[in-house]
Amino acid sequence: MATWTTAAYLIAALLFVISLAGLSKHESSRAGVVFGITGMAIALVATAIVALGSASGLGIALLLVALVIGAAIGLWRARVVEMTGMPELIALMHSFVGLAAVLVGWNGYLEVESGHMELAGSLLGIHHGEVAIGVFIGAVTFTGSIVAYLKLSAKIKSAPLMLPGKNALNLGALLVFAALTVWFVITPALWILTVLTVLALLLGVHLVASIGGGDMPVVVSMLNSYSGWAAAASGFLLGNDLLIITGALVGSSGAYLSYIMCKAMNRSFISVIAGGFGATSSSAAAVEGEHREIDAAGVAELLAEASSVVITPGYGMAVAQAQYPVAELTRKLRDAGVNVRFGVHPVAGRLPGHMNVLLAEAQVPYDIVLEMDEINDDLAETDVVLVIGANDTVNPAASEDPGSPIAGMPVLKVWEAKDVIVFKRSMATGYAGVQNPLFFRENIQMLFGDAKDRVQDILVALPVRA
Amino acid sequence: MKALRVGVVAESTKGETRVALSPETTAKVVALGYTVAVESGAGARAGFADAAYVEAGAEVVAGSVWDADVVLMVNAPQADEIPQLRRGSTVIGSLAPRFEEERTAALTAAGVTALSMDAVPRISRAQSMDVLSSMANIAGYRAVIEAAHAFGRFFTGQVTAAGKVPPVEQEASTDGYAKATSADYDKRAAEIYSEQAAECDIIITTALIPGRAAPRLITAADVASMRPGSVIVDMAAAQGGNVEGSVAGEVVTTDHGVTIIGYTDLAARLPAQASQLYGTNVLNLLKLMTPEKDGHLVLDLEDTVVRGITVAHGGETLWPPPPVSVSAAPAAQPVAPAPVEEKKERSSLVRALPGALGALALFLVTAFAPAELAGHLTVFVLAIVIGFYVIGNVHHALHTPLMSVTNAISGIIVVGAILQLGTGGGGLVLGLAAVAVLLAAINIVGGFAVTRRMLAMFSRS
Repeated sequence: MATWTTAAYLIAALLFVISLAGLSKHESSRAGVVFGITGMAIALVATAIVALGSASGLGIALLLVALVIGAAIGLWRARVVEMTGMPELIALMHSFVGLAAVLVGWNGYLEVESGHMELAGSLLGIHHGEVAIGVFIGAVTFTGSIVAYLKLSAKIKSAPLMLPGKNALNLGALLVFAALTVWFVITPALWILTVLTVLALLLGVHLVASIGGGDMPVVVSMLNSYSGWAAAASGFLLGNDLLIITGALVGSSGAYLSYIMCKAMNRSFISVIAGGFGATSSSAAAVEGEHREIDAAGVAELLAEASSVVITPGYGMAVAQAQYPVAELTRKLRDAGVNVRFGVHPVAGRLPGHMNVLLAEAQVPYDIVLEMDEINDDLAETDVVLVIGANDTVNPAASEDPGSPIAGMPVLKVWEAKDVIVFKRSMATGYAGVQNPLFFRENIQMLFGDAKDRVQDILVALPVRA
Repeated sequence: MKALRVGVVAESTKGETRVALSPETTAKVVALGYTVAVESGAGARAGFADAAYVEAGAEVVAGSVWDADVVLMVNAPQADEIPQLRRGSTVIGSLAPRFEEERTAALTAAGVTALSMDAVPRISRAQSMDVLSSMANIAGYRAVIEAAHAFGRFFTGQVTAAGKVPPVEQEASTDGYAKATSADYDKRAAEIYSEQAAECDIIITTALIPGRAAPRLITAADVASMRPGSVIVDMAAAQGGNVEGSVAGEVVTTDHGVTIIGYTDLAARLPAQASQLYGTNVLNLLKLMTPEKDGHLVLDLEDTVVRGITVAHGGETLWPPPPVSVSAAPAAQPVAPAPVEEKKERSSLVRALPGALGALALFLVTAFAPAELAGHLTVFVLAIVIGFYVIGNVHHALHTPLMSVTNAISGIIVVGAILQLGTGGGGLVLGLAAVAVLLAAINIVGGFAVTRRMLAMFSRS
């Protein structure tokens, strides 16, 4: 490959790094995307020029058709996707990278077999090792992401699949993979690669199927990471540094996000992979008692007298599509001089940062949407906290009851505020299946019903302030 | 009606350095509508000048303030001070009604309303008034300092010009306000404490059971098993001590050279901080009892917190209060034994092990790989490092756009597929490569487009 393509790839890689760095601030984020697009364009053009030099007419036609169809599909999905549907879209895109990596890996093997590529000695061995690893990671990413997509879009049940000895199954699959790789390197054969691929596809299904719905933010981040490693493995296979760099960037990005999500749930990565959140038997303290109810007019009255309000949304808010009336309520209160802010728990949505996007879509200004750590100390001085569609993320048992399944999970300390209103459909438990002693505290009042309807009721009842 | 007069007395208890209100909390009590009178010099030992109280809106009086409507103090009134209280007035302090029945009787006879800050029910709503917790917090801090002072060595391992110094082995036993536990449990705990004692340089104990003598955790034999020069801080010395041989209020050194610190005034050894926190506890109580913020104290005996701390009122003894019925009463959990031992040296070694193994593996792979692969590995490893730093800086609110951007750029795998289309193997290779191009193109275009769409939604106020 000519030196000038290497140069083009270097520039593209740098632009990708700058693109990700741009996301460190809202102000630079849009420019960041432009850098990313530029980098991608440079890489594509450079690659196309190289490929066109040697491609057959059929190859060129296939390339153009595939690019145009792919771009059209991508553009269409990006236009129509609901922001609540982002996790599904992202999971699906991970699966595409995974499948592409499998195909590139297979091609890498077929090209050598058909004599289109000549390698000798140890290089050939390494090449076959790279094929095996690339196909394996790609296939796990592919089926894992498909299962994640099905779970997120509720096409299959989100409860964890509990096969007997599931950890042994996962571990066993890894060992068999290692054995197959060695075998494949020594005596390459199509059937070994086929078995290896099927094994990886099954492992991907099992890995994600045995993880419960509550851990989906971690799973999606984890698959994000895998898709990066799959791309990096393809880079090794093709000897292409741009793929290696990009894959490493994406891989570490997903790993970092997984880490943040695990920390936010006080779970270790291993225990998430080992799966089954709802399955752990809990020795939590039994919670019982009286809760107090309030009506929308009562909440409106409290809000009218408050000088500071914090809203802690959970995914339930998005399910009820209540973010739009909530944004309207926020505007009204702010116009009346009330200091309204949002406190977002890292796992409030179904993706890292999901809640921020949902609020942004509802036109809530991003500078009043704060992270848990940024707002927790202020809650004690807050007049009214509205808990909308959140449950486990505001559960005091996490910090007070060492026997609770969510013990140690960092939570929003809403109970420290003067008055807390909890919007809830009923007294049911959250994702984690843990009862919430918050509801029985003395400064907490429950507002039952559909969150969207209730917020609209509050909007109607809110007195106009002079 | 005239606003009530709150009096802050100069503490007469020997060795007491604290004061019931700091200037900062004084200002907030004034804001509740009260007039505040501070006995001249009341805050001197805590480092609060009279002038600071005047600035906070209080009146500093040269004489006594025992005749105020509400008398605030850190300790309890002495026998000769109780008669100075006006009948019908309120006194708020740490009255220890569990132990001081005589004093309770005297306060009842004096016809005052006596509120005891150390009897705040241990429910979450009352946490902001709980002086036992706030003082224990300060005392614990001070206990560590006292231990360090008496220990005579560095706590952490340090490498100095004179050579390497090993770190201290430390144990903190914090059963807190535990319930009495079963015999089995006690036996096992005792074994753990004995094991730990032999290994530790410093032990801090603070186990109390309300209304009973402090449980004995460390026996004389345990103490004897410690190295000479070791230090024990027994924070429960006033209640009989967790450590055999500790003396309340004193520092004892055993024949074997182990120092046992039994100070009972640990909190008072940080007077400014302790006064600030105590004052905040008192302030929160006054807030609760001044619903109209008009400088009038309302004694609502229906309120669990108020009822819990009321020792005497209107000539009647109201101690002990009825048991607290909490609306959400979690079933009692046995408190796990908490001998937390810091073994920094070992744990950091264990933590470093995977890293070291990883580095070794990486070294071996790279060393024995052909030159080309070694170059790629270098790029790979450095890119991961860059990735972690860059991603670590990404704003939390932008994590979803981050994921969609990474979706888009991981579509770079298209480069591999295009090159395979170019080299043109058989029909199968071309077909597979074309599918890969199509999938990657969806990612690239879709990922960037949806990211742009998302970022356009974010707006400032």
